[in-house]
Order: sequence, then structure tokens, then C-alpha cells
Amino acid sequence: MLEIKKLSVHYGGIHALQGISLSVPDGSIVTLIGANGAGKSTTLRSIVGLVKPSGGEIVWNGKTISGQGTKEIVEQGIVLVPEGRRIFPNLTVEENLFLGAYARNDKPGIKSDMDRVYELFPRLKERRLQKGGTLSGGEQQMLAVGRALMSRPKLLMMDEPSLGLAPLVVKMIFEIIRQINAQGTTVLLIEQNAKAALEVAHYGYVLETGRITLEGKGRDLLNDDRVRKAYLGEGQ
Amino acid sequence: MTLSLLLQHIVNALSLGSLYALIAIGYTMVYGILRLINFAHGDVFMLGAYVAFYGITLVSLPWWAALLIAIVLTAMFGIGLERVAYKPLRDSPRISIMISAIGASFLLESLGVLIFGGRPKGVPVPEVLSRVIRIGPVSTVVISLIIPLFTFGLLAVLVYIVNRTKTGMAMRAVSTDIEASRLMAVDVNRIVSFTFGIGSLLAAFGGIMWSFKYPQLNPLMGVMPGLKCFIAAVIGGIGSIGGAVLGGFLLGGIEIMIVAFLPTLSGYRDAFAFVLLIVVLLVKPTGLLGKRQTEKV
Repeated sequence: MLEIKKLSVHYGGIHALQGISLSVPDGSIVTLIGANGAGKSTTLRSIVGLVKPSGGEIVWNGKTISGQGTKEIVEQGIVLVPEGRRIFPNLTVEENLFLGAYARNDKPGIKSDMDRVYELFPRLKERRLQKGGTLSGGEQQMLAVGRALMSRPKLLMMDEPSLGLAPLVVKMIFEIIRQINAQGTTVLLIEQNAKAALEVAHYGYVLETGRITLEGKGRDLLNDDRVRKAYLGEGQ
Repeated sequence: MTLSLLLQHIVNALSLGSLYALIAIGYTMVYGILRLINFAHGDVFMLGAYVAFYGITLVSLPWWAALLIAIVLTAMFGIGLERVAYKPLRDSPRISIMISAIGASFLLESLGVLIFGGRPKGVPVPEVLSRVIRIGPVSTVVISLIIPLFTFGLLAVLVYIVNRTKTGMAMRAVSTDIEASRLMAVDVNRIVSFTFGIGSLLAAFGGIMWSFKYPQLNPLMGVMPGLKCFIAAVIGGIGSIGGAVLGGFLLGGIEIMIVAFLPTLSGYRDAFAFVLLIVVLLVKPTGLLGKRQTEKV
């Protein structure tokens, strides 16, 4: 269980997060929706220690992790699939996956997890010796997800996994998220594609300029008038 | 020109090229990881030679033991240099860390003058290395054969580390995307230290071999080789290890051959590196093996 309590982040003079609180229960899919610049990415980046919060607390399974280094946080089972995928273009698909398992030393376990990733994404197996930079956008997203799974995450966080992908690929990515979650991994998802995100999520939060303005079950938010107007482009 | 003379020039070119390549690798690896030109690298080369010198003369170690100890100490010094002069500035604008590198270089040179003395020191070259041997038509000193031999050995080890080990994989990852590497739980500081360690180790080996081949030490001996090897790295395509090796051999080869074939130009020996740099930058700005890179924002 991940709990964020009154988290604040400042970038220079900008107050990017103004005391947000949210929780991600074990085994759930939680989504954070909101417009560009609302602070979604900042939230994920603070959880994983890439951004130092100026106030508040992040608690993972009862232990405060805000203030720890990224390496320590990732080793505790929290992993981020960053916006824009950020795979390593000069490394092969297989090396990218091995890097996902960088913190692990159990060779047989790594091997079997790699087989699992290849089962989930047969396309990656076909291209396993190809450089990551030669993959298509959709394949790169699969690689980014596969790479994250190689660390055996307890909490998988995804930053805009659908960005720039064809609708069919988006559909597939969301299906995969559902599968990963069904196998026991907790998911925290942020998306501009609010409809797709709320359909897959158990619970959602709406973030506006650094504050949480609305929260509720995914289905309820989908039917909420304010959400429909602001994020689903309906009821002008 | 006789065949035997030509072969002798080739041996000389290979051995000078090897020394250049060893130093150029340090520039290119550090640049690949941190996008930093380590201007103090030439002075690390000087330091390696001095430490081995004192190992032989003051502590009267056998030359090979002095060599090994000097290499290890210099590698540790390179790691320390990064901690003190570069690490605190890693998130600062790139110009700050560059100025710090120039400062570190001047500091090391001045400390060298202060501690080692400005007067050149003669190096007691081990007898095994200065012996002249004949192989067929070629007669040469042992050191000129040993340098390329050891260089190729070290290069093979380096290529293995970078391409086949977990640490090497992490080095390649960090060189393209530091933040994404952090997200993989890669200890970036450890990788940076490792890179500085390897670069300084190779520079120390190069410096010691240099001092056996041209047996005179002075605290500014690293300046010109350092500058030339930086040029070699740029010519080959900075960031690329293969490029640094290619650039080093190219520079060493051209320098020796021009002096050999056009002896009237030998006074301009040091200028060739710069001419070559200008030509390469005009024709292929990314260097011979460099790839065009889009700047990350």
C-alpha cells in the first residue's frame, strides 16, 4: 500500500504540487488524470525519488520512502515506466530487459521472467537481438513495460503509456495493464486519455494545477459531469 | 627508403599510436558518460609516470611492481578527482564543470612543479625494455614492441568489459540516459567512478610506458599528449571507444610518417594534429566513427 500525505513540490518559484494526498491499495489499479502541467508526472517522479519533495510524506508499506534515493526505492519494488518510454536505444532488446533486472542476482529467476515477458510480448522475442532504437513506438512501449516487469515490481507506475501510439496498440497496452494487475501487481497509472484510464482503473483522482479536486471509483468518475466536460470532451 | 627502415617507422607509429589511443580512451569514456571534457586527464597521465618513477628510485621496487602499484594508485586518484572536482557540480550548468576541469588541470600541474620540482628527471629505464632486438630486417628497442602488444591486450579486456559484463551494460545505459538508468536501480555514482578509474588506469599505463620510451619526466609532460589525445578522441568521434583508438593510431601514424618522409617538416610535428582536426571537423563534424546525436532537452 502506497500512501501520499500532503505532498508538496516546488520547482524554483513554481509550486507544482500543493499538498496532495492519495492512496494506492495493494492489488488495485489507481489512475491520476488531469491536463498537461497539472502535476501528474511530478507526482510519480517524487514517489520514485527523482524529484525531492518540499513537504509532506510518501509511505510505502508503512515505511517513509520520501527522501530516499531512487536506487533504494526501486529496490523496494516500486518501478516507473517513464513518459516517452526512455528505453536504451543503443542496447539490444535483450540488454534492455536485463537492465530492468539490474538489482537482481538470481540468474534462473531472471531467465524465467524474461521468458514470461517474451510470452506477453512475442514481438519482443522476434526482435531480441535488435537495438532498442530500431523498434516502432508501440514495440518500444512494450519493451518499456517488459523492462519494468523484469524487476518484479510490487507497484508498477506508468506515465502516459498511450502517448503517441496507434489506437489498436493503445488498446493492447491497456489490456496488458489489466493482465499484469490480475497477476497481482499494483498499478498507478497517469494518463491524458482519461476515458481509457478510468475504464481500467478501480479508483481515480483528478489533479488540477497541483491540487486534487475530485476522486472516486473509476466508473463513477466516468459518469461525473465535471469529468465528462473537462476531460472526456463531452457536453459542451 | 629501404624496406627495413619503413618497417621500423611502422613499429614506431604503432607504438606512438598505442600511447595516444590509451589516453584518448579516457577522454572519450568520460565524455560518453558525463558529457564532460576532463581537461585534467593529461595530468593524470603525468602523475602515473611520476608515481612509477618514485616507486623505482625512492622505494627501489622492481620496475614491474612500481608499474602495477602506480597504475592502481593513479586509478584511485582519478576516482578521487571526480568526487572532489566534478561530482559536486554534476547538476550545475555544463560550463561550471568544464571550468572546474581546467582548474583541476592547472592545480595538478602546479602541484607537480611544487612537489616533484620543475627540473626534468631522467627515468632509469629497465634494462629488459631498452635492449635492442632484431626481428628479420627490423631492429628496435623492446619497449616499442611491448607498448602495442600490451595496448592490444588492454583494449581486448576493455571491449569485453563494456560489451559483455553487467557493469559494462550499465555504463552504456548511463551514457545514453542517466535518469532512465537510475530508474533501473543502477548506482550511477558507482558507474561514473568505475569509468574514471578505467580511464585513469589506462592513462597511467600510457604515462609510464611513455616515460620508458622517452625517458624524461617533467610536471608539464602531460599537456601536449593530453591535448593531442583529446584531438584524437574528437577526430575518431568523441564518445566512441573505437573512435578514440582509431584517432589515436591515425594521429600517431601520421606524425611518425610525415617526419619520416618529409624531414624538412619535422619542426611542425605538433601542428599536424591540429591540421588533421580542422580537416576532419570540416568534412565530418561528428568525427570519423561518431554518430549524429540529437541534444536531449
